Amino acid sequence: MLAFTLRRAIQAIGVMIAVGIISFSMFRFAGDPVNQIVSIDTSAAERAAIRKSLGLDDPVPVQFARYFANAAQFKFGVSYQFRLPVADLLKERMPATLELATCATILAMVVGILMGVYSALKRDTLLAKIFQAVSLIGISLPTFLIGILLIYLFAVVLGWLPSFGRGDVVRFGWWTTGLLTVSGLKALIMPSITLGLFQMTLIMRLVRAEMLEVLRTDYIRFARARGLTTRAIHFGHALKNTLVPVITVAGLQFGSVIAFAIITETVFQWPGMGLLFVQAVQNVDIPIMAAYLLMVSLIFVTINLVVDILYTVVDPRLRSAIDRPA
Amino acid sequence: MSDAAVPHQANPNASHAGVTPDRWLRRALASDVFYSFRRSRLTMAAAAVTLLFFLLAILAPLLAVQNPFDPAQLQLINSRIAPLWMADGQSPFLLGTDEQGRDVFSAILYGLRISLVVGVLGVLLSGTLGIILGLVAGYFGGAVDGLIMRIADVQLTFPAILIALLINGVAKSMFSNRMDAMSTLAVLVFAIGLSFWVQYARTVRGSVMVEKNKDYVAAAQLIGLPAPVIMLRHVLPNAMGPILVIATINLALAIITEATLSFLGAGMPDTMPSLGTLIRIGNNYLFAGEWWIVAFPGFALAALILSINLLGDWLRDALNPKLR
Repeated sequence: MLAFTLRRAIQAIGVMIAVGIISFSMFRFAGDPVNQIVSIDTSAAERAAIRKSLGLDDPVPVQFARYFANAAQFKFGVSYQFRLPVADLLKERMPATLELATCATILAMVVGILMGVYSALKRDTLLAKIFQAVSLIGISLPTFLIGILLIYLFAVVLGWLPSFGRGDVVRFGWWTTGLLTVSGLKALIMPSITLGLFQMTLIMRLVRAEMLEVLRTDYIRFARARGLTTRAIHFGHALKNTLVPVITVAGLQFGSVIAFAIITETVFQWPGMGLLFVQAVQNVDIPIMAAYLLMVSLIFVTINLVVDILYTVVDPRLRSAIDRPA
Repeated sequence: MSDAAVPHQANPNASHAGVTPDRWLRRALASDVFYSFRRSRLTMAAAAVTLLFFLLAILAPLLAVQNPFDPAQLQLINSRIAPLWMADGQSPFLLGTDEQGRDVFSAILYGLRISLVVGVLGVLLSGTLGIILGLVAGYFGGAVDGLIMRIADVQLTFPAILIALLINGVAKSMFSNRMDAMSTLAVLVFAIGLSFWVQYARTVRGSVMVEKNKDYVAAAQLIGLPAPVIMLRHVLPNAMGPILVIATINLALAIITEATLSFLGAGMPDTMPSLGTLIRIGNNYLFAGEWWIVAFPGFALAALILSINLLGDWLRDALNPKLR
């Protein structure tokens, strides 16, 4: 068990180093950093001075070590567009993205599990078939189209919800939250649905498939033979056993929710990290792109590691399989 | 599938068909796959819609009333006209026009071309890359296998759209910020190709590891065929089924990715719009009440992706003998 955890941790560090190298190469080799800082009429001598002060004359391994040391202290350089430290920009935008991603995941899990359980238990009802159709559409419709559709319906035609932004936010230290104001909550509804819909359909299909499988097993038949109520069988025995894979998938998907937030944030002009990243790609702001890559990778890798370890804690069968390598 | 017991009948029309050139066609029409195709109305409808979209894209210059990529043909006097059936619609603008006087119907036809070209080329590139890497990893094993699969693992952690965006951004900075439309298209194909190879590589590697221990591979090695020939001529055809399924589903994914990149402003420019670009342009006019600029390209994109996905779902079931 300890060996497994260690091996996983070493793998995670390996991934981070690989991403760090990619991020550094982008930072260093994609476009000349000096050209982004100076104007056209800067003399060659001044350019050389800037080059030296940025440490661009040092050997590449030295530069890489410096980049890594800085990144470990969350110093990612200065944005070309905003002339501000990238770390400050990211820190300011992070709460918005994390709040949106968390709301979307909770929404996807609650609604997805309910829909999945229903369509597994009442397989042939009309509603279950509608759920299946909705899930196919949820997978086929690109995220941004869903967002545009929602904006048209609820903001343009009905005028119930705001079409962009976060509403009023309350500030706690460096963290800002929209969860405590009415306008903040209203602004959160459509982006959460847009972002959560894909995970929702995924979870629904997974719960349905797992439930159908579990309902065929012997211990469910035995529970029926014991004369337990249907409710106890379905929710006490069947659902409980489907939840482990569901929680794993939802946990692993949290990383891609943060990545897909790029699209949702652009549609709703949500002031998060994703919108910052898209603007950076449009304006070729390499420091922001490199830093975003590092931050998101860190979140991904951490989640994967935690889920992997939690999985073995939750499911004892896996633990024995790991301790006895084949 | 439940129809395992039903013996498949050959298509009666096919048995009357000509002598030699139709032999292949007859075999295809009598196959299990075609039988399951004919049994599913939904699949047939999806195939018809997909075919229709490809035809529309190919015949675009004949069907369109103007070339939307040619600024000389756009006239501002024709801007923001409503669709034909609405009160202030004007012929020949069937689905209305956008703010530059671009006919929405023509723009969809030409945009469809771009979306399909990027999608198909992207799938071809990612498929070729994935198949080669998968063959090499599975056939040779050892350190090469370890390296390729580690890279695949790392890449799989990140969603394709993020990778495509990064590649796009880096390419932009390397070829300076101003790129013409054709090189943007090439960058999009490249970005999509590099984002989607992992699934092919994993599948091919799995099949190759099963196949390479079979006798026919040993026989081929024994008569001294070089490894590339064995891999391509003998092993690969036996792994083709799953590749076809992945390619179909990836075509839908590649089209979504291209549309998303263009929507985010990192893809095709306004002067040579794909469906995603058209949706981004139209999105700006939603609040002004000009819904048709965004609605029709959006509907075309959704219908195209849905029908390709349905085809992919069917193909996966039809080619999987375990499900019969």
